[in-house]
Amino acid sequence: MTDIAATAPVHGHADHAHDDHDHKPGFFVRWFMSTNHKDIGTLYLIFAIIAGIVGGVLSGMMRLELAEPGIQYLQGWAQFMGGAGDATAGKHFWNVMITAHGLIMVFFMVMPAMIGGFGNWFVPLMIGAPDMAFPRMNNVSFWLTAVAFVMLVGSMFVPGGSGNGAGTGWTVYAPLSTSGSAGPAVDMAIFSLHLAGAASILGAINFITTIFNMRAPGMTLHKMPLFVWSVLVTAFLLLLALPVLAAAITMLITDRNFGTTFYDATGGGDPVLYQHLFWFFGHPEVYIMILPGFGIVSQVISTFSRKPVFGYLGMAYAMVAIGVVGFIVWAHHMFTVGMSVNLKMYFTAATMVIAVPTGIKIFSWIATMWGGSISFKTPMVWAIGFIFMFTVGGVTGVVLANGGVDTALHDTYYVVAHFHYVLSLGAVFSLFAGFYYWFPKMSGRMYSEVLGQLHFWIFFIGVNVLFFPQHFLGQQGMPRRYPDYAEAFTYWHHISSIGYAIMAVGMLFFFVNVIYSLVAGKKAVDNPWGEGATTLEWTLSSPPPFHQFNELPRIA
Amino acid sequence: MKSLKTPVIKVLIAAALSLGAVGAGHAQAPAEAPAATTAATPAAANDTAAPVAADAAAPAGDATYVPMKPTPGVGQPVDAGINFQTQESPIGQQAYWFSHTLLLPIITFISLFVLGLLLWVIFRYRAKANPVPSKTTHNTFIEIIWTAIPVLILAVIAVPSIRLLAAQYEPPKKDALTIKVTGYQWYWGYAYPDQGIGEYVSKMLTEDQAKASGEPYHLAVDNRMVVPVGKQVKLIITGADVIHSFAVPALWTKMDAVPGRANETTFTVNKPGVYYGQCSELCGVDHGFMPIAVEALPMDKWKAWVRFKGGNPDGAEAAAPAAAQPAPEGPIDAVHTTAPAETPETAPGKTVGSPATTN
Repeated sequence: MTDIAATAPVHGHADHAHDDHDHKPGFFVRWFMSTNHKDIGTLYLIFAIIAGIVGGVLSGMMRLELAEPGIQYLQGWAQFMGGAGDATAGKHFWNVMITAHGLIMVFFMVMPAMIGGFGNWFVPLMIGAPDMAFPRMNNVSFWLTAVAFVMLVGSMFVPGGSGNGAGTGWTVYAPLSTSGSAGPAVDMAIFSLHLAGAASILGAINFITTIFNMRAPGMTLHKMPLFVWSVLVTAFLLLLALPVLAAAITMLITDRNFGTTFYDATGGGDPVLYQHLFWFFGHPEVYIMILPGFGIVSQVISTFSRKPVFGYLGMAYAMVAIGVVGFIVWAHHMFTVGMSVNLKMYFTAATMVIAVPTGIKIFSWIATMWGGSISFKTPMVWAIGFIFMFTVGGVTGVVLANGGVDTALHDTYYVVAHFHYVLSLGAVFSLFAGFYYWFPKMSGRMYSEVLGQLHFWIFFIGVNVLFFPQHFLGQQGMPRRYPDYAEAFTYWHHISSIGYAIMAVGMLFFFVNVIYSLVAGKKAVDNPWGEGATTLEWTLSSPPPFHQFNELPRIA
Repeated sequence: MKSLKTPVIKVLIAAALSLGAVGAGHAQAPAEAPAATTAATPAAANDTAAPVAADAAAPAGDATYVPMKPTPGVGQPVDAGINFQTQESPIGQQAYWFSHTLLLPIITFISLFVLGLLLWVIFRYRAKANPVPSKTTHNTFIEIIWTAIPVLILAVIAVPSIRLLAAQYEPPKKDALTIKVTGYQWYWGYAYPDQGIGEYVSKMLTEDQAKASGEPYHLAVDNRMVVPVGKQVKLIITGADVIHSFAVPALWTKMDAVPGRANETTFTVNKPGVYYGQCSELCGVDHGFMPIAVEALPMDKWKAWVRFKGGNPDGAEAAAPAAAQPAPEGPIDAVHTTAPAETPETAPGKTVGSPATTN
């Protein structure tokens, strides 16, 4: 990526002249029938923020309920959501919340923001392409995702067994999700996953085609910015993993409604088959959520260190390696299901291997900063925060990789802490880094640096207070997905809930910052980050013209 | 209880959320067990009131049993605890050593090392201190180093890790005590086929009952699994309806109860005590309310308990070889029955299904 520095295409400035002459369609056609990658990217980002608010409020409700032992609020909430107000409905609503929080954050917040949002916006810009390869399909992807979200939220209001909504956990394990959950809620949630999955597969095809065929002249694969590399690897993971999920949940649907017994031992099926299929998708899925974040962090670190990325090829192929190995480690999510010792030894060893390419990335980021001339703008502090927090989440992953240790930690809060460190403090930190980094480019206005820094520091403290004590809970044996707990767990649960409150205050600064900046932010120049920002998007105006690169840039 | 009663949380998180919170609805013990279950376990009827009578001095007869009081800090979480529960089984101690003495220092060191590097870089290469950035982008030597060293660290971890797995999966001894564990929505059923103790049901005590018997609420149960100290216990675990997971943290034990499968796991308890655990696989509404309690007794007291339950403790020795017969060697971790899943109606009283085919 570094090699394309100082190859600003001449058209960048030529495009300025066209700014006012862009033939933008009317409001409805522009936003509801969009074929423009930047508009669709914006739609995805708005969508992800809305879904993030819904998912975040759900987690706030959960932390509120868990702040004290006993069940305080669940019945009231269940009743408010249109269900019965008894104890059973309350406890069922708990399961609905954990399910919805997981599915929303995975499928409707992180993925749309990373791939649909930043991927759509910046992959074409970074490779010097006028748009995505299949603009209409791009639009289909977005609206399928939107409908999927509506279906999922809608499922919370229809019967799902002991109360309204799907209470199966985001993993939708059979037989709890088949014979264990009567009513249409689980069917709706499954269809929602089908739609979201189809949308992602279409998006993956679009990205692969775009990246392989629409790079500007001279932009070889080994000159692509690392963010584009990360989206390319992610798109392959999506393409290979999601059809397996689709098959797995289609069999759930037929088991539920048409009398098949794929996952029912009484008919010759096997509940564990579902888990194998789910995690064959599910483990690549976690890399789908984090790889684009790796890409964003690479761009940000390089930009604000004013130094090209260290070990570019190693960084690119480390992501490829993570993607490949990510497909052969899935059963570490199922260590307690009753598998043979040889299988467990294999999955233990294979899982630990992933630490190697991940370590290469961590050290290469630090080496990129080493010798640099670092300015600590908001995107940079998020990226540095990402490196440390992802390391912490990574090393607890090495602990969990050991099948023998996982016996004690499986399905406890230790696992919850681990995956929130890599997602809520990993993926989300990288999302905020990307958001602040590209906000001037996308909106044409600068964000407030003060509010951005406040957002970072409060959020950073909040999520650590929120999630670090969960390691302690897990080691003490606190199981996941419990609405209530033994009194001994109270102390750390309470601290954890306080952490949520701190984090929520940090988020206030984010929203204030976004609104303030959109309304009254300083006008952004083409490249607000200076000489460190070498990728093609910074050669365009801020915001870029409606159609860019009508004449392709040439990369030296 | 170091409870922090800060109202700040409620103010900040809740303001808009707490929609008419109805009075705290504590979990009640799950509804009654299927009739067939109770009918098939006459012994269970006798001791349902046992926890309540715990305080009463029991006559020291042969066939009496008074549930043991739990020892604070043993076999259960402790207030504000941050570490693993004290391990009371040989496997648990080996695993704890591996996790605590090897893994924890390594991961702490790596995290602090990365943090230190970051802080150094932030300090040394801030724009003010280093206005002109270097243009270094490659250094093959250091790239090989930071690939090779993690590989070595992982190799160091892998050896004891694989050893631990091998130890966990050692085939059960021939004289191991076999207990059949069945997960139901939402309680556990235990049967001792070799002692002739039919399945009895183990449910969570209500808050008042738990207080009355001096046990922690959410963990205390009416009928515990009772095992002899120092003798290997072999659990054959299955699920009757959905997947549950049998877990006892202080014994480093966790195994899913999967319908249609008979999973096997073993543990040996080092010393007498009550060891609590909780269901560890989401199984529906009362997932959080089907705890596990394992009581370990010296052999003679355990025998008395067996007689109290109407079983024959010496059946253990007599029947052990027969019980251990199915798949006595090889990896018998997951015995995969091809027989249909047992329904709650048929399960009680039955001995272990037909774990003939192993994976």
